[in-house]
Amino acid sequence: MAQAAIELIGIDKSFGAVRANRDINLEVARGTIHGIVGENGAGKSTLMSILYGFYQADSGEIRVGGKPVSIHTSNDAIALGIGMVHQHFMLVDNFTVLENIILGAESDALLKKSIAKARSELERLEREYGLEVDPDAIIEELPVGLQQRVEILKALYRGAEILILDEPTGVLTPAEADHLFRILKQLKEQGKTIVLITHKLREIMAITDTVSVMRQGTMVATRVTKETTVGELAELMVGRRVLLRVEKGESEAGAIKLSVKNLTVKDSRGVTMVDDVSFDVRGGEIVGIAGVAGNGQSELLEAISGIRHAVSGEVMLEGKPIDLTGKADPGELRDRGLAHVPEDRHHVGLVLAFEENENSILGYHDDERYLKGPFLNVDAIMADAKDKIEKYDIRPGNPRLKTANFSGGNQQKIVLAREMEQDPGVLIVGQPTRGVDVGAIEFIHKRLIAMRDQGKAVLVVSVELDEIRSLSDRILVMFAGRVVGERGPDATEGELGLLMAGVEHQEAAQ
Amino acid sequence: MSTPYAKLPAWADYGLIPLINLSIAFVVAGFVVMLVGENPFRAAVILVEGAFGKGTGIAFTLFYATTFIFTGLSVAVAAHCSLFNIGTEGQAYIGGLGIALVCLSFDSVLPWWVIFPIAIVAAAAFGALWGLIPAYLQAKRGSHIVITTIMFNFIAASVMVYLLVGALKPAGSQAPQTRNFLAGAELPKLNWVIELFGAKIRSAPLNICFLLALVMAFLVWLLIWRTRLGYEMRTYGHSPKAARYAGISETRIIITAMMISGALAGMMALNPVMGDQHNVAIDFVSGAGYVGIAVALMGRLHPVGIVLAAILFGMLYQGGAELAFEMPAISRDMIVIIQGLVILFAGALEHMFRPYIQTLFASLSPKSVGMQTVKGTGA
Ligand SMILES: Nc1ncnc2c1ncn2[C@@H]1O[C@H](COP(=O)(O)OP(=O)(O)OP(=O)(O)O)[C@@H](O)[C@H]1O
Ligand SMILES: [Mg+2]
Repeated sequence: MAQAAIELIGIDKSFGAVRANRDINLEVARGTIHGIVGENGAGKSTLMSILYGFYQADSGEIRVGGKPVSIHTSNDAIALGIGMVHQHFMLVDNFTVLENIILGAESDALLKKSIAKARSELERLEREYGLEVDPDAIIEELPVGLQQRVEILKALYRGAEILILDEPTGVLTPAEADHLFRILKQLKEQGKTIVLITHKLREIMAITDTVSVMRQGTMVATRVTKETTVGELAELMVGRRVLLRVEKGESEAGAIKLSVKNLTVKDSRGVTMVDDVSFDVRGGEIVGIAGVAGNGQSELLEAISGIRHAVSGEVMLEGKPIDLTGKADPGELRDRGLAHVPEDRHHVGLVLAFEENENSILGYHDDERYLKGPFLNVDAIMADAKDKIEKYDIRPGNPRLKTANFSGGNQQKIVLAREMEQDPGVLIVGQPTRGVDVGAIEFIHKRLIAMRDQGKAVLVVSVELDEIRSLSDRILVMFAGRVVGERGPDATEGELGLLMAGVEHQEAAQ
Repeated sequence: MSTPYAKLPAWADYGLIPLINLSIAFVVAGFVVMLVGENPFRAAVILVEGAFGKGTGIAFTLFYATTFIFTGLSVAVAAHCSLFNIGTEGQAYIGGLGIALVCLSFDSVLPWWVIFPIAIVAAAAFGALWGLIPAYLQAKRGSHIVITTIMFNFIAASVMVYLLVGALKPAGSQAPQTRNFLAGAELPKLNWVIELFGAKIRSAPLNICFLLALVMAFLVWLLIWRTRLGYEMRTYGHSPKAARYAGISETRIIITAMMISGALAGMMALNPVMGDQHNVAIDFVSGAGYVGIAVALMGRLHPVGIVLAAILFGMLYQGGAELAFEMPAISRDMIVIIQGLVILFAGALEHMFRPYIQTLFASLSPKSVGMQTVKGTGA
């Protein structure tokens, strides 16, 4: 084996009663891509955060390039050539790409000089790795996929030799993910070492050289990728056999529950994001919307859920119109049986600073169940939160824990539990399993299908083609704000991919 | 952008860090005292003794603290809804107008225990109204609340001067203030409580508003952490997008929070006006609203912290007055400098020493230190 770029020896880390890492040993050879897989809350992000100096291990040793090192801050890590792309981006939303890249690495007192230097360096990196982004774009106006490129560029700009990526493809489309992997392979060929955390076992098989499996804070196995299978990895992760594709019966579509007609939505700058879109969702069916991120799916969901103003069109919920002026009361829509799992759980679906139990009532906080007059019924809220924690296996099962301290996948389960348990007539879901482990995906898919079988209308937006294909009874493809095609669940990936890329659409236009 | 901070044990977070900040403030203040040629240790002794040494001192300290509890709570309520209410000063001033109208109308006919509740309502209502206008402008017009509340402080000052040299001034008087209230509008003192503990009191203004302030502190705790309204305010305070998603009306929540904040500010006026001066005079708030910002920050926006911070500032006011009296080289302005230093280190630079203490804790006992993403409050 080549010389080890990183060695972690006997790493232990506890957060209060939670033992996030126990006696972890890990060795990553230089110039390889090493995958780490494991259930939500298994301790993957914690382990990498220790390596990156975000947390201090309680005990254990870290060696970089064979030498024992102590990493107290991320600056120490950067100095050792370690770069990290976090699961949750660490970018300043209202800065430009360029400003974010030099943030903390400004070389001169005068910003102007640093910026000029950074610009040419950035252009070089962009060319070299095919990571195009407009250096002057404002971060919050960029789609997530591009925001991630900025994160990677940030690490490379700081001279990273070892690059840690925590669930980088959670937000990417297959095409974007392929692009990312080409970049990673290129980096590897140049001798860089890459640690990749992901829940997508297919990606592990496609790109890694070796892979480690974590479960409940321990490292349970390390394999050479070529010598293992997806099934074996899934079983190692969860400790039981997992259905990678849920079984579902024929749908029995009933009456139309959600109807969208000629909906047009513009963003704050007046750009048309949703362009004359019409479709129906019937009770007892799951309609999936596929598309590359940023093609209007987010805006579509927001308009339907009454959060965003629509320029024109009509949305009917159970036969009655929804106010599309942007002034609709989402609380009233909830009362009418519309539940919404937003794509952006961090800023929209959850208040990260809240305790778990407080988030488990967000949006339903004016429900009589949770109130005693003007007061919150703390006992009822706690009991309810505990109930959901149990049902959805949210870990750690402590409703008093601050939401920010739950792992990404468990945060997603908090939102899903809240919305699904309201027993809505219509459920709209953005990226249902983003950042969720295979075991939990199986669970969530089963729940969604169970809801369908109870006669609910389910609308799913996902950039995961696999997910769309295995869940949907009908698939709509969005491109540039329009629905460019409808297919059945047996549509092939290639067929959908072409639609998503707008190929057919453009041909038709010619 | 949030910054990662290592999580400290609660006692360090709420006890050690404020203590260190305070000590630094006092050390720097000590140098200032040395600069003017006085002995800083003797100055410190005089300050503390002046504030807590005698019964009278304690009563004055708590009297000032009462004022700061109200303004601190006012700032904190707005801050939980991520509104920076700098208008506490003006809202308190206008609250005084409400009290003046009630007292001047009824003090000859009603006893204090009837007038007091009416005055509470009037003070709260006038303060709330003064908070409402900036809130409305923020919610409906997007005018930034910091700017508008500052402007409303000036408007309040002008309005009050206009009234105090005009309509509210008794005919023939030269002073810009209302006539003195009659006994019906004087609140009972609390000095006897301190005397119970054996301390002697000459005359001090501590009055039942202190108890009202403690009750309000409890009610604010209840509001913020135990009511639906408080939940909505905190949701909006942390994430307007999440609030929108949850169906919380931005307009309603901003206006409600600011009105409650204004009401608490207005109630502050009860303490000096009905408890001490028995009239409304020009500039009677004299900066207590701004001190409220420091008190709220130092108290970490929590009512218990606010009460403690208010007592600290009460001590600085009372002990400072004694100090200026005992040490001629130390003028009134010097006291303001010392207060300013406390505000600087305990309020504005709250997080300055935190990273070092975290590193220290991390190296002492790595087990106790986790990491946490903390939204920087204030600083
Ligand atoms: N700052 C913290 N305070 C308390 N507990 C924490 C903290 N950070 C993580 N944990 C807990 O440690 C455990 C491991 O979390 P971690 O984020 O490492 O999981 P993960 O494997 O990355 O999961 P996911 O796949 O969902 O991202 C979880 O139970 C989590 O709740
Ligand atoms: Mg993670």
